[in-house]
Amino acid sequence: MVTYIIRRLIWGVVMLAIVSMITFAIFFLVPRLAGATSESLAARYVGRTATAEQVKLAAERLGFNDPLVVQYGRFAKGIVAGADYSYGPTVEHCPAPCLGYSFLSRLPVWPDLLDRVPVTGSLAIGAAIIWLIAGVATGVISALRRGSLFDRAAMSVALAGVSLPIFFTGIVSLVLFSYGRPFAITAPGGSYTPFLTNPALWAYGLILPWITLAFLYAAGYARLTRSGMLETMNEDYIRTARAKGLTERVVVVKHGLRGALTPILTIFGLDLGLLMGGAVLTESTFSLPGIGKYAIDAIVNQDLPKVMGVVLVAAFFVVLANLLVDLLYAVVDPRVRLA
Amino acid sequence: MTAPLDVSGQELQAAPEAVLDGAQGKAIEGRSLGQIAWTRLKRDKVALTGAGVVIFLILVAIFAPLIVSWFGHPPNDFNQDLISSETLAPKDGTGISADHLFGVEPVNGRDIFSRVVYGARISLLIAFLATLLSVAIGTLLGVMAGYFGGWVDSVISKAMDVFLAFPLLVFAIALAGVVPDSAFGLSGDALRVSLLIFIIGFFNWPYIGRIMRGQTLSLREREFIDAARSLGARGPYIIFREMLPNLVAPILIYATLLIPTNILFEAALSFLGVGVRPPTATWGGMLSDAVRFYTIPHFMFFPGMAIFITVLAFNLFGDGLRDALDPRAR
Repeated sequence: MVTYIIRRLIWGVVMLAIVSMITFAIFFLVPRLAGATSESLAARYVGRTATAEQVKLAAERLGFNDPLVVQYGRFAKGIVAGADYSYGPTVEHCPAPCLGYSFLSRLPVWPDLLDRVPVTGSLAIGAAIIWLIAGVATGVISALRRGSLFDRAAMSVALAGVSLPIFFTGIVSLVLFSYGRPFAITAPGGSYTPFLTNPALWAYGLILPWITLAFLYAAGYARLTRSGMLETMNEDYIRTARAKGLTERVVVVKHGLRGALTPILTIFGLDLGLLMGGAVLTESTFSLPGIGKYAIDAIVNQDLPKVMGVVLVAAFFVVLANLLVDLLYAVVDPRVRLA
Repeated sequence: MTAPLDVSGQELQAAPEAVLDGAQGKAIEGRSLGQIAWTRLKRDKVALTGAGVVIFLILVAIFAPLIVSWFGHPPNDFNQDLISSETLAPKDGTGISADHLFGVEPVNGRDIFSRVVYGARISLLIAFLATLLSVAIGTLLGVMAGYFGGWVDSVISKAMDVFLAFPLLVFAIALAGVVPDSAFGLSGDALRVSLLIFIIGFFNWPYIGRIMRGQTLSLREREFIDAARSLGARGPYIIFREMLPNLVAPILIYATLLIPTNILFEAALSFLGVGVRPPTATWGGMLSDAVRFYTIPHFMFFPGMAIFITVLAFNLFGDGLRDALDPRAR
């Protein structure tokens, strides 16, 4: 078990390294392939009023003329150990993890991002709880009453659910349940109250995003749980459990659901990791000031260090979720440890 | 005596029973997987409806200029005479008429029907080509991983793990955001469309890759592969002539199911403003415009329903295809 954990941890670190390389490539290699020069890259750092001479100097100082490997080394070192920037007359120290400075506000990206983690976290975790309960419950009932009216209705709704884009259901739900409608159940978009300030207002502002986001995922989970349950309920050990005289409830919950749930937990971990890394669409639909909204606002302003920060943070959460799922899997299913 | 390889003659000789039974009225024929699947698919009314809608949408996309010229409202033309100058909304609320089937947009009065029709072009073009790219990369690498095993398998499998661990949307946004307005010798819509095809296709290949690897792994152990090998067949022959025909069914199924995902992906990127640039009509872009005019619901209704119906049709058809080609996977 210990060697398995160590192996997984090493792989997690390798993953992060690969992700950082790809992020670096997106932001520094792709623009070059698309025709950018050291000067045009540096021009973004010094502002629009800079003279050609200043831009040239900045390109030199930022090291855009160095080989790409050296540039990547500096980029990685900034994340791990911090970095010193000197694109102006002064030298600024950016403590680790240094994700650079915003082009617009000149403020470091990392503290800004950290501020927004609770918003995305509240959104993701709240929605996850709803969709896990609703999706799994619907899937189990559908599987147990296969072919019934409930099953057919639930599966039709689920199919519609996986076919709807969140930004469409989001807008529709906003039109129906917000903006001063009679059935208003949520605060107008864009208002987020921290949980510690006022839990009631926190939930009031998030309820509609939660439900909208949860609906889409619940649809997928219901489909998955249903097919998983149908499969496990046909296994021999279910017949054995019934033959032993166990009550149907014990058979379904302890024997059936447990077998069907493992693959769902895997997907759940990954989905949660992806969501933590920026529920981009939900946040921009509901104007929630989370990580995803941060990325979109930054893209509109071409404020690339911010986008880069979001990409790295998002990838970090996904790698973390992957790791946790794998470790959890090893606890649940002993066969994994030996593989 | 040399036996000439006359295929048509062989076929006749190979089915003596069929000829006999045929005389009694009912023929027993050897049916190919395709024929069996087609019989099953024909009975699946839901899947057929999906297929019908899909074909209809493809025709709409292909003949978009013709359909639009019929009504005479190009997608980017302003119809300011239909817009109230005070509220900026269409004068009668929606602007829906025999002339403007889906009404007009607020502010500049562009015809929503024409824009939805042209949006189908972008959506389907990107989704199809991106799927093609994913399937090509995924099948090639998946089959290689499954067939060769060893270090080839571990490298490709690890690569798939890394790709699946990416926050796709965030990466796609970043990538679509850093590329300037003209690059790689392309500019405007051509650049954005190719960029989206590349991004969506390139990031989705591991989904197909994993399935292909699994299928190849189990195929590799089958007797007919052993038989081919013992007859002296080499790797490429086995892969292309023995395995690939057996992989056609899963490729078809998962390609059909990947298309709706890609449609949603493209719509999401356009919605976020990193897809095909305005004024070119895209469904996602129209929805993103409609957010600001939430009091004018018909504006968001038509592009939203266009996405929904398209994705649903592909999902229904894909599910039906899977049930027909592989009944165990139900």
